[in-house]
Amino acid sequence: MTGILILLTYVAIFVVTWVVVTAVVGRALQGFNALKTVTFGDESAVTPNRSASIISVLTLFLIWGAFTGSALLPSFLHAPGPFKGDTQFTYTAEDGDGNRDDAIVFARVAEVGTDVEDPVAEGADEGFAKNDVVVAGAWRSELIRVDRNDEIGRDAGHKVVAINGEPIEPGGRVKIADGEVGMTPKGTLNFIPAKGLQMEPIWLPSPEAVWQRFLNVSTEGYQNFTLLEHLGYSLFRVVLGFLFGALVGIPLGYAMGLSGWFRGWFDPIVEFMRPVPPLALIPLVIIWAGIGESGKIILLFLAALWIMTIAARAGVSGVNITKVHAAYSLGASKWQLMRHVIMPNSLPEIFTGARVAMGVCWGTVVAAELVAAEVGAGMMIMVASRFQLTDIVIMGIILIGIIGFGIDILMRMAEKKLVPWKGRS
Amino acid sequence: MSGLQIDNISMRFDLPNGGHVQALQNVSLDLKEGDLMSVLGPSGCGKTTLLNIVAGFLAPTEGQIVLNGHQVKGPDAERGMVFQQGALFEWMSVRENVAFGPRMKGQNESQYGENVDHLLDVVGLQDFKEKAIYELSGGMQQRVALARCLANDPDVILMDEPLGALDALTREKMQGLVLKLWKETGKTIILITHSVEEALLLGERLLVMAPRPGRIHKEYRLPFAEMGVGADLREVKKHKDYAPTREEILSMIWDMEEEIMGRTEESA
Repeated sequence: MTGILILLTYVAIFVVTWVVVTAVVGRALQGFNALKTVTFGDESAVTPNRSASIISVLTLFLIWGAFTGSALLPSFLHAPGPFKGDTQFTYTAEDGDGNRDDAIVFARVAEVGTDVEDPVAEGADEGFAKNDVVVAGAWRSELIRVDRNDEIGRDAGHKVVAINGEPIEPGGRVKIADGEVGMTPKGTLNFIPAKGLQMEPIWLPSPEAVWQRFLNVSTEGYQNFTLLEHLGYSLFRVVLGFLFGALVGIPLGYAMGLSGWFRGWFDPIVEFMRPVPPLALIPLVIIWAGIGESGKIILLFLAALWIMTIAARAGVSGVNITKVHAAYSLGASKWQLMRHVIMPNSLPEIFTGARVAMGVCWGTVVAAELVAAEVGAGMMIMVASRFQLTDIVIMGIILIGIIGFGIDILMRMAEKKLVPWKGRS
Repeated sequence: MSGLQIDNISMRFDLPNGGHVQALQNVSLDLKEGDLMSVLGPSGCGKTTLLNIVAGFLAPTEGQIVLNGHQVKGPDAERGMVFQQGALFEWMSVRENVAFGPRMKGQNESQYGENVDHLLDVVGLQDFKEKAIYELSGGMQQRVALARCLANDPDVILMDEPLGALDALTREKMQGLVLKLWKETGKTIILITHSVEEALLLGERLLVMAPRPGRIHKEYRLPFAEMGVGADLREVKKHKDYAPTREEILSMIWDMEEEIMGRTEESA
């Protein structure tokens, strides 16, 4: 129900901002593209609309904040929250002889974990059924044995037959002003305060709660390690595993690209290992190397190795034969051909492979840490999830995403600097 | 014994289905130092195969290539090569490309610098020497390829359709440049082309090859290359012998093409 509402809100914001921004800014085409009359179907005329990107990110935070009751948003933007405060309802009890009497339940609903005084029962209270008081937590429910303080107990035939005048049976539910009252099969009343449309913090904390937790964890740490150590260890494993993978994989790929014996020898191994997801190797690596650093680095080495081997092999195979012929007829030796033609020529392929390998390694290290680790970004969110610390989990996921994105940006910058001729020959 | 001897070359490719293709059959040629020879022929006549054999990229099934008295066994700096395109090194600047040959010989900047700069001047790229290859136009790239080849001071220059990828105007300018370089350096040049006009202008000797098996069909000795040095090539084309020769060669190649078509239709 809430999910559909969130989706509808999202679609509505998408459509409304599109219409509004287009109306205000005009058509998003700029420069030469503005002069094109055929744009629908012309891929080169489609450039990302940066206002859309900004609004998109803001929308995510808006919806996140609205459905978590964030203090960052004015309260009129909040989705209806859970009921908090005092309410009351009447129940009708029946004794064994069919006599009926009404009594009032005074309920007070407050946030879980806060100290709340019991509400005070007010007004006249005659007959065999006596008024009750109950304190319930927001988003929770509370069982009420209304017969306990009544003159006749459940064993003497006391049973509740109606709530606010509406008949109720075991297993049934009756809506009241600020929630519902249900009845268990045994006849106990269950007060369920209205939950509203907001998410409970243990499922989804508000953005500022995640930010607070971020500040908190980055100063005090979590599970014996600071936040920097958690992230640093993960990065360290990735960089080391990738470096070893590249150090072995690139020469191996060159050898496979240059020698038939090497290619024949390693083809079955590489082609078999390539489709094996690195995650499938985690159990074996743990059996062999334990959950310490060496196991993780071996795993990442294996994750990077095949990708780098194949990239280097493709780089060698991709060298234009006329370049090789040209180098030889300019007097180059085999080693000079290798050094001055084959190696630089394979750089674009190797960079593409390195970007893929870094991405795979980053994913693999988090997964490996989820399974077993003493420190690391994946371990941090896994342990936090066991304690229902959803804010740490979300913070961790965001940080993992930012670092993964950062790695890719750095690789792209290095690529632009080191292989400017990529895709231009 | 100097010059380049192509001595009774035959080349046979075996096909996977057990058959074979006779790419060249008993091709013999004798080139003196400073000869400028253009090679024409319909596709499949083996002209590129012949060039690859002379360059040393392929070993002939029969016969041999002799340059300055020794047999050709593989590629070597004494036989420079200019390709149609794609042979320049994108990871080097224009100047580094031109200096590639001398650097591979172990020379340093002080040994090759002057000559490289001179060659960049000759091909008119002095202002572009620090540019990357992908920043140059097609015509400029071919001028780099020419300069790179000359920087090695080869005895023979082999050109495999060097101007084939250029537009008509650039092509005409480059033809002038090739003639100029030929005259100034006195190199032996073999140039393969698809264009009859180019073959006429850039061939002191013009070789027409015939296909299946690849063989020499006819050789011409022409005055146009000599006339074209330092002159307007369009004036050369007005020479009274130019048009008749062109028509003769064109119809010769047309006949060969039609014969091929006929044969394919029969077999199909």
